[in-house]
Amino acid sequence: MMAIIFCLGSEKKNIIRMVMAVGALAILGTAVYVTLDFLAQREAGDAADFLFRQDIVWYQSLNINYSVGVDGISVAMLLLSSVIVLTGVFASWGMEIQTKEYFLWFLMLAIGVFGFFISIDLFTMFLFYEVALIPMYLLIGLWGTGRKEYSAMKLTLMLMGGSAFLMVGIFGIYYFSSADGQLTFNIVEIAKNHAMPVDKQLIFFPLTFVGFGVLGAMFPFHTWSPDGHASAPTAVSMLHAGVLMKLGGYGCFRIAMNLMPEAADQLSWIFIILTGTSVVYGAFSACVQNDLKYINAYSSVSHCGLVLFALLMMNKTAMTGAILQMVSHGLMTALFFALIGMIYGRTHTRDIREMGGMMKIMPVLGVCYVIAGLASLGLPGLSGFVAEMTIFVGSFEHTDLFHRFFVIMGCTSIVITAVYILRVVGKVLFGPVQDKHHESLTDAVWHEKIAAFGLIIAIAGIGLAPLWLSDMISNSSIIMHFMK
Amino acid sequence: MDYTVLLLAIPFLMFLLLGLVGQKLGPKMAGILGTAGLSVVTVLAYYVAYSYFLNKGLTLNGVLESAVNGDGSWKALTSFNFTWLDLSNANRPDLRIEIGMLFDPISVMMLVVITTVSLMVHIYSIGYMHGEEGFERYYSILSLFSFAMLGLVVATNIFQMYIFWELVGVSSFLLIGFYYKKPSAVKAAKKAFIVTRFADMFFLVGILILSYYTKTFSFEQINGDHAALVHTTMGGLTFMGCSVTAIALTLIFLGGAGKSAMFPFQIWLPDAMEGPTPSSALIHAATMVVAGVYLVARLFPVYFFEATSVLTFIAYVGAFTSLFAALIACTQTDIKRVLAFSTISQIAYMMVALGVSGYASAHEAGLGFTASMWHLFTHAMFKALLFMCAGAIIHAVHSNEMDDMGNMRKYLPITHWTFLIACFAIAGIPPFSGFFSKDEILTAAFESNMIIYVCQAFVAGLTAFYMFRLYFRIFWYNEPTFHHTPHEAPKSMTIPLIVLAAFTCVGGFIPFSEFITAESIGYEIEMNTTIATISVVVALIGIAIATFMYKKQNEWPDKVTAIFKNFYVWAYHRFYIDEVYLFITNKIIFGIICTFIAWFDRHIIDGFMNLLAWTTNLVSDETKEVQSGSVQQYAWVFIMGVVTIVALALYL
Repeated sequence: MMAIIFCLGSEKKNIIRMVMAVGALAILGTAVYVTLDFLAQREAGDAADFLFRQDIVWYQSLNINYSVGVDGISVAMLLLSSVIVLTGVFASWGMEIQTKEYFLWFLMLAIGVFGFFISIDLFTMFLFYEVALIPMYLLIGLWGTGRKEYSAMKLTLMLMGGSAFLMVGIFGIYYFSSADGQLTFNIVEIAKNHAMPVDKQLIFFPLTFVGFGVLGAMFPFHTWSPDGHASAPTAVSMLHAGVLMKLGGYGCFRIAMNLMPEAADQLSWIFIILTGTSVVYGAFSACVQNDLKYINAYSSVSHCGLVLFALLMMNKTAMTGAILQMVSHGLMTALFFALIGMIYGRTHTRDIREMGGMMKIMPVLGVCYVIAGLASLGLPGLSGFVAEMTIFVGSFEHTDLFHRFFVIMGCTSIVITAVYILRVVGKVLFGPVQDKHHESLTDAVWHEKIAAFGLIIAIAGIGLAPLWLSDMISNSSIIMHFMK
Repeated sequence: MDYTVLLLAIPFLMFLLLGLVGQKLGPKMAGILGTAGLSVVTVLAYYVAYSYFLNKGLTLNGVLESAVNGDGSWKALTSFNFTWLDLSNANRPDLRIEIGMLFDPISVMMLVVITTVSLMVHIYSIGYMHGEEGFERYYSILSLFSFAMLGLVVATNIFQMYIFWELVGVSSFLLIGFYYKKPSAVKAAKKAFIVTRFADMFFLVGILILSYYTKTFSFEQINGDHAALVHTTMGGLTFMGCSVTAIALTLIFLGGAGKSAMFPFQIWLPDAMEGPTPSSALIHAATMVVAGVYLVARLFPVYFFEATSVLTFIAYVGAFTSLFAALIACTQTDIKRVLAFSTISQIAYMMVALGVSGYASAHEAGLGFTASMWHLFTHAMFKALLFMCAGAIIHAVHSNEMDDMGNMRKYLPITHWTFLIACFAIAGIPPFSGFFSKDEILTAAFESNMIIYVCQAFVAGLTAFYMFRLYFRIFWYNEPTFHHTPHEAPKSMTIPLIVLAAFTCVGGFIPFSEFITAESIGYEIEMNTTIATISVVVALIGIAIATFMYKKQNEWPDKVTAIFKNFYVWAYHRFYIDEVYLFITNKIIFGIICTFIAWFDRHIIDGFMNLLAWTTNLVSDETKEVQSGSVQQYAWVFIMGVVTIVALALYL
């Protein structure tokens, strides 16, 4: 698909868009097909850890393979990514400058993301991880707004710093995890061997967890997120917050915790403090921001903090909740960024003090924004509620005072979230119109509607009938593994 | 699944239909569709109630199931109950959220209350909201609310209740903020949502604690067998000297207190009057605000057997709130706010009744429970009626303020008579419904706690006073200069008034104690004539004072105000509780905590990251000189190096 676009001349914007739309639709179709096939095979009794396995030897002497395969968690992430890629294409329909290059990098990012989620070889995974990160710099630096160079640089440097930690962590796992002298990058085998000495785990677990945690916007490594999101173009923000940040949570889980469970158990308290802090810290910070994107970025810090927080609780319910929260946050934050982009495209401001009464002017966007807000504050019937409740119930398994304290602190976030969401809704959408020029603005056009409605359908679908998804996730062997 | 699912499905589908294509249908069609849908639901609810209470059997899934157990107690029936979300894990293999429908005396009674009031509001709104912008949206949210409220009362487990609890909260938010262009409405909607959300957080933690130990959410298992499960799993556990059960139940009660506007969460309800009046009648008078009472009633066996101290606490909170709200109600001049404070006060009565109640049906020990539910029923009818009358009046004079009203009985005869009936009912004058239910509450309080009884009897007098103050100010008093002659409301508005007035007249004669008791075994109430006489006398005194002060304009109100000057000012400003909240949220939370965290984030954390980058930059700037590419420089360094090494070798 990249190739097709590459061959097209840069003048034919509409054709590029059409190719993108068809291609993204095909990706979504494939993802849905994979899901159905996956469920069917599970139904038929195939209990292997990963389905659809494929292994190709890549570099024999270091035992690097291109190994891919999916379990319930990867399938959920693939579905999420494909929905966001598709809606992202529609949300960036109006991109007029260097359309071809933009979509090329956009696809590059998508390739990295998809590759990451299906890899079960550490090396391949890391490769895809970097493939996903690099385009970000260009996408923000070239097509962004505001202080775009600064933000792009900051984002890339911080994430690269994370990658450095991560690489050390991965090599540590590689060297110290072998049971029979044969070094391997294969996650399944490492997990099965379970041969990494605890003292080595204690060194490499924090490195890996922090490495991925940076991408997961863990306090205090989250500051790239507000600036990065604020400067990024709409669809990039969507893909970034919606999918890329999930790479962090997914990696923490799949690599750090899965491969080094003893260290995870021993060191979880440090990270529970950090992530628990993220949850309320992000929410409080969001309460006083005036830029819509900053509000949403801090809200992401809070919600993604909850993902890592739940993972560290290390039991089936909480972990399932964490993955649900990734999916749910991915969808709703993408919706938020899409809508913010649409509003910004019209008003040319994201300052909530300069807006008001948008509900009257653009009712469709307004209603979508309210729905996104309600999802974010955890209204039943939308996806956020399902995820949060699973997390809270699961996290409550720990009876000691330390865990209880942080869980209850996490629960307070449902109130703070309501505060900042309603603050925005009240200021931007309701009330009298602030700026007379805004009265002539138009409502959403067709491609914007497709983007917004697509995400809303996904959010409501999960919110109304969550059982299949939560079952698919919780039946993954990796979660069962923690169900002692 | 069978026909009972329609009770929930119809309102939900109406919500989707009107929400998605309401604009295309147009206001008339939307109104008719919404009302028709709810009529079907109402008929179904009455059918269920008739089968359950009178035929003592309910056909569910094609099988006629008896509603009565062998020992003559009422039986809880379930029409369906499916797993919505699985939350099991190693320690709690059966923990799951189910969605189902439970029919037992209190839920069936609530079905009747909700559908009746909701249908009346639907019909009434056709007239009241006529020509309003967003008419379709209004009906769509009304349907959402009906769906959520019905789902709440038929919940089979506490988590289902929490789910619908949140949904009624959001529909309330949307209706309060219906006039979203008005800043005060937006503010009120936000306030209502956030205050109740704050209370819901306690509710959630309460659920978490309770379900952690009992390993289930199901009401049947939690309540069953005198809450034996709670006793075996949580009995004797303490945390920092308090019983864990008591902590959990107190937290759950706080959730209920938020929805039911008990002190100190009462601040949102008066402001909620910014919403359209019919929706205030439905949500903020008759149904949603009693959800907290319903919650406590639902878990009553647990409260009674495992945490009696919490019940006493509830009784005192209720007594204080009822007095507090009644005092404020005496001073307000906006008619909807008077009614709002009166609602708070009356709901507090129900809480008091639960708080002082016993459990057994024998010797009327569980009278409080019956009385509470009875008062819930009668109050829903007469308070909805009062709000709708207020709506008709506001519709006629386009103002909420008492000063713009007076002598209205000439212009709005139907409204006048129905309002008067409702006033008699709330004041507790026989034979209207409020007399019976309130009298039972007072009896229950009298037998349990003298302080609470005296307080509640005094509040009964206050109630009579402020209601008749309202009545006389609106319908008698001096006639102000109207902008145009007020006229009686259209039929779509007066018919619901008459229907509800009829309910108010006969509601007292329903043998409630046969149907709804704590133990599920019916009994007969014997009226305590002494207490009945006292309460009627107190009410009459209240009415007499109101008549004396407000029937005609005179100097007495000003004189009385002057006597209680400071107190009056305090009460008028609702004892400044709102200001305290504002101070805490605006000054402390926003002004200090949030601003500090945001500053800290930008300057310390981000500053540190920037410092790192800056340092790296600086170091590389400095060190890049080393690799300058200049041969002369390299040679110079090279020679100097050799000299240094030679020197070192020679002299060391």
